[in-house]
Amino acid sequence: MAFAFDPARFFNGEGARFGHGAAIGIGYRAHGPDWCELDLPYAAQLVGDPESGVIASGPILTMMDMAASIAVWNRAGFTAHATLDLRVDYLRPATPGETLVGRGECYRVTHSVAFVRGVAHHGDPDDPIAHVAGTFMAPGGYHR
Amino acid sequence: MSGLPPYADLLGLTLEPDAEGAPVLLMPFGDPVVGRPGFLHGGAISGLLEMAAYMALVHELAGEADAGVKPINVTVDFMRGGRDKPTRARGTVTRLGTRVANVEASAWQDDPAQPIAGARMNYLVLRS
Repeated sequence: MAFAFDPARFFNGEGARFGHGAAIGIGYRAHGPDWCELDLPYAAQLVGDPESGVIASGPILTMMDMAASIAVWNRAGFTAHATLDLRVDYLRPATPGETLVGRGECYRVTHSVAFVRGVAHHGDPDDPIAHVAGTFMAPGGYHR
Repeated sequence: MSGLPPYADLLGLTLEPDAEGAPVLLMPFGDPVVGRPGFLHGGAISGLLEMAAYMALVHELAGEADAGVKPINVTVDFMRGGRDKPTRARGTVTRLGTRVANVEASAWQDDPAQPIAGARMNYLVLRS
């Protein structure tokens, strides 16, 4: 049996204090057997365009990378893995002041590759800010 | 302050123009950009790549005061783990059209020929 990863415990523990996710303020919302939902509250330090106050695209990508990574662990158990590639479509600019919600889903796992997709939104998944597709690789293989 | 947007300051980015004056970005290793212990977070690498692509495009558009750009999408390939050392990135505008620009960016640590990650981006170019 694969070792279970508890995203709530991670984000309430060391994940909230150290590293890039903590630096940009990523928090935990919910998870299921093959998905994870994180959030990214608006913050002045995330702004990419000072004129409009719109946040940079980088923090959105970071949140979606983390949500997708945890989604893989939820489906296949915790194992060392790395993002192989990630594509983000920026459907519309994020609204200044509003929290972003990012939901990542793992829809397929093979021996060593996990396929993910996800959406970032401001509370309504049908009005998305960004759409994501990507793959992760586990050097030691996934437990399916 | 670096003169770069707040998010670039969060990543610790500084501008290091090359001999021709083209922008190269430097990101130091440190807690704000760490993922698993001892390695860069893929999101921080991506943020660096996107900023390098943006800077390259702005550099290319330098003569056009009224031109603005909006990212349409990005695809990032992660090739090697980012270790505990400085990372550099530069963007290359592969095509600058009237409405769309295609930009590539590459990030490396020791050797530009051994990138740790690369990105391809499409931008909407807005000329009023």
